[in-house]
Amino acid sequence: MNIMRNISLPNPELLFDQLVDQVQADISNYTALVGIHTGGAWLAERLYQALSAKKSLEPLGLLSVSFYRDDFDRIGLHAQTKPSEIPFNVNGARILLVDDVLQTGRTVRAAINELFDYGRPASITLATLIDRGDRELPICAQYIGAELCLPKENMLVFERDAHGRFSLRLENKKDVVNGAEDLPA
Amino acid sequence: MINRNPQLDSHRKLQHLLTTEGLPAAILLQILDTAETFVGVTERDVKKVPLLRGKSIFNLFFEPSTRTRTTFEIAAKRLSADVFNLNIAVSAQTKGETLLDTVDNLAAMDADMFVVRHAQSGAAHLIAKHVRPGIHVINAGDGRHAHPTQALLDMFTIRRFKREFHNLRVAIVGDILHSRVARSQIHALTTLGVPEVRVVAPKTLLPSRVERLGVHVFHDMKSGLKDIDVLMMLRLQKERMQGAYLPSSEEYFKNYGLTPEKLSMAKPDAIVMHPGPMNRGVEIDSAVADGNQSVILPQVTFGIAIRMAVMSILAGQPV
Amino acid sequence: MKIHIKNGRLIDPKTGTDATRDVFVADDKILTVGQAPAAFEPDHIIDASNLIVCPGLVDTSVRLREPGLEYKATLESEMNAAVAGGVTSFACPPDTDPPLDEPGLVEMLKHRARSLNQAHVYPVGALTLGLRGERLTEMAELHDAGCIVFGQPDGMMTNLRVLMQAMQYASTFGFSVWLNPQEKNLAYDGVAHDGEVATRLGLPAIPVCAETVAISNIILLAKVVDVHIHLCRISSAEGLAMVRTAKQQGVSITCDVSANHLHLSDMDIDYFDANCHVIPPLRSISDRDALRLGLQDGTIDAICSDHAPVDEDAKMLPFGQAEIGATGVELLLSLTLKYGLERKRPLIEVLAAITTKPATVLGINAGHLSPGAAADLCIFDPESYWKVTVSALRSQGKNTPFLGMEVPGKVRYTLVNGNIVYQSQP
Repeated sequence: MNIMRNISLPNPELLFDQLVDQVQADISNYTALVGIHTGGAWLAERLYQALSAKKSLEPLGLLSVSFYRDDFDRIGLHAQTKPSEIPFNVNGARILLVDDVLQTGRTVRAAINELFDYGRPASITLATLIDRGDRELPICAQYIGAELCLPKENMLVFERDAHGRFSLRLENKKDVVNGAEDLPA
Repeated sequence: MINRNPQLDSHRKLQHLLTTEGLPAAILLQILDTAETFVGVTERDVKKVPLLRGKSIFNLFFEPSTRTRTTFEIAAKRLSADVFNLNIAVSAQTKGETLLDTVDNLAAMDADMFVVRHAQSGAAHLIAKHVRPGIHVINAGDGRHAHPTQALLDMFTIRRFKREFHNLRVAIVGDILHSRVARSQIHALTTLGVPEVRVVAPKTLLPSRVERLGVHVFHDMKSGLKDIDVLMMLRLQKERMQGAYLPSSEEYFKNYGLTPEKLSMAKPDAIVMHPGPMNRGVEIDSAVADGNQSVILPQVTFGIAIRMAVMSILAGQPV
Repeated sequence: MKIHIKNGRLIDPKTGTDATRDVFVADDKILTVGQAPAAFEPDHIIDASNLIVCPGLVDTSVRLREPGLEYKATLESEMNAAVAGGVTSFACPPDTDPPLDEPGLVEMLKHRARSLNQAHVYPVGALTLGLRGERLTEMAELHDAGCIVFGQPDGMMTNLRVLMQAMQYASTFGFSVWLNPQEKNLAYDGVAHDGEVATRLGLPAIPVCAETVAISNIILLAKVVDVHIHLCRISSAEGLAMVRTAKQQGVSITCDVSANHLHLSDMDIDYFDANCHVIPPLRSISDRDALRLGLQDGTIDAICSDHAPVDEDAKMLPFGQAEIGATGVELLLSLTLKYGLERKRPLIEVLAAITTKPATVLGINAGHLSPGAAADLCIFDPESYWKVTVSALRSQGKNTPFLGMEVPGKVRYTLVNGNIVYQSQP
């Protein structure tokens, strides 16, 4: 595996703290948190812990989006699909959607579509740890940990270790094409 | 004389689902796991996902079965596919069109998937061998041979209620000889690691050398059901009385019908399954069918999720 | 025309000859073997160096599909196929549409076949009208029209009284009775051998007892009626053992096996290969091995092709609905040689099963190379292998389980009545 060492990446733990601060200021606007599988879900879990002390939120939601992807015809269903879990009534909810990396906007599009199949939320707002730009759909995040400009052929991988600590690394897209679980973010 | 499994492509990916025989456990489990995610979909406001939008699925039923056809239809619709039901028993075939003519005509209408039921063993294999790459075939029952989605939903049900396969004793009771369900169940159970699979039936309803499929043969319920965790009942067709397989349904019920008394031979937490439609008072007593050990209704619910899983895995395979 | 076949390895099982000998043919007869006749000036010389010269093959079962079933094959295509396979004489079963139960039908078939100037055709007359197993055919009349034996090919008739009387009537005139031993009610709706494969594939099964019960009944009747019985297509070890015992007891009985059953078992059905839908069904490996031994010890008298061309549409159906039968007259020699190679049997022994022995069963003066015999010969290259493909087969039926396989033995010349009716390049 060819790991890019010459591009310096920010520390995601610091970015996460910034994200928490930003969201905290507006927390009264939201009734529920939903993370997008898998990186967004990790972030949402930590965010939920940090915020739910301040405000009573609905139980944490989780979206898998595998059944809403727009590249199904090309790469099919992933061997390990995880179920979506939305343990609250979406109708009228004010949802903060959380993902790790925002790039094309296609994953967020799929997530919004899926949420609407659970009901009609009053609003959906987006938080992301990293915004890479290169949008292909009219989607933008309200809360952003950092904006990064990276070569398109690089894939930014967000990970969580056994102690729950976040890390970031770059991979060449061709190296991960077979195991790719996430849409081009 | 090549013995390659016709369901798998050269990368050992599932291209058709024709039988549970010869499928690796990993593929069976992938189908069960995928089905788990679909179970959640059916509990939402909108019980539908856009996964197979624009795909055309043809239900080719050469043998009438409203029930099975409907579950496939619901599954396809919940995946947003376009579903077309063809009851061939009353259309083209009576005009002399051959099975493959029918398939060719529909393939020309840009079919993406065929769900096939046919009275002849091997019909689904024949169609799968014939269609062009990219068209997937699901066997919804061929003769006495196989009914893989039924077996898979049974495995799903067992896993839901018993969690593991490797510590189970399972008994399949009834007309094994004519049953495609039993054959598919046996292959699935043994592949998934069930250590003891029994078949219980009179000798007229057992195929020869059935023990070679990896099952233990019993002819009486008392010993056959002893300490069983899972009981899979089979439907008994009325024609069996005419063909000199059995003297009467009453005598069958007396010896092989599942009554609370016979069920008491099994473990107290044993579950009772049936592929439906049931003949109450022939193979199963109402007290058992509606009792608290029966999981017959959950089976029906899980059947939709299993068929959604199979359809979406097949439709997603690259050509 | 005078033909000198030189330098060939001549194998004539009837006389036990296996040596380099020249054959001298004049007009339609074999003149001499070995020494040239005085003042013999050949019009044509066949150089048979490195080739085997043997009697033209005799096949106890080739279906021409005439009359009535010409869409499956035509007389021309199948007659061509026969000589391409080195077959110069064959019996055709009466299971045509209508069955060969009337002298007119037999005369027409004989006439049509003769006009093609190829292999000798010996129609098997129907034993009962319409092969229904109820009323006897006019056997003496049919004999005059060209039937030399009488048969009931679609399994044994259910009414044993009719069968016994048919045997008695045939034996009155000295005709042999050819029966395919399969008890109909036990075979019922079966399409495959009752064993693990049929159980796995959910194919309705034909138990071995369908054959043994039939053989048992036939033998018991044959002991009462003084008639020669030929059992067509033995398929099981148990059935074979019964024939062996009957022969030891002096019952006048012969039997044959199809080349398919000598090589294949129910395992070859694989995933519903409809080309393996044959009757009797391909049985277990141990049955197949017993048949091979039965051939070796002489219990089985002949190997036949059981040639049954089927049109493609009729095979492109689910296994049980696909029409019964396999094309095979072009494979008879190759599959017989393959058996000999696999079992390490001498050529002269295996060739006997497709020349002199079936000729004896059929009661015809053929299958040998004695001076004065009809000049029916097969000259083949035993070292040459060929691939069984759709285009390699001359038969209109391409339905064989051996498609795609390489088999030994390529026919180079076939002579019937001294005419070269088939010739191929090395």
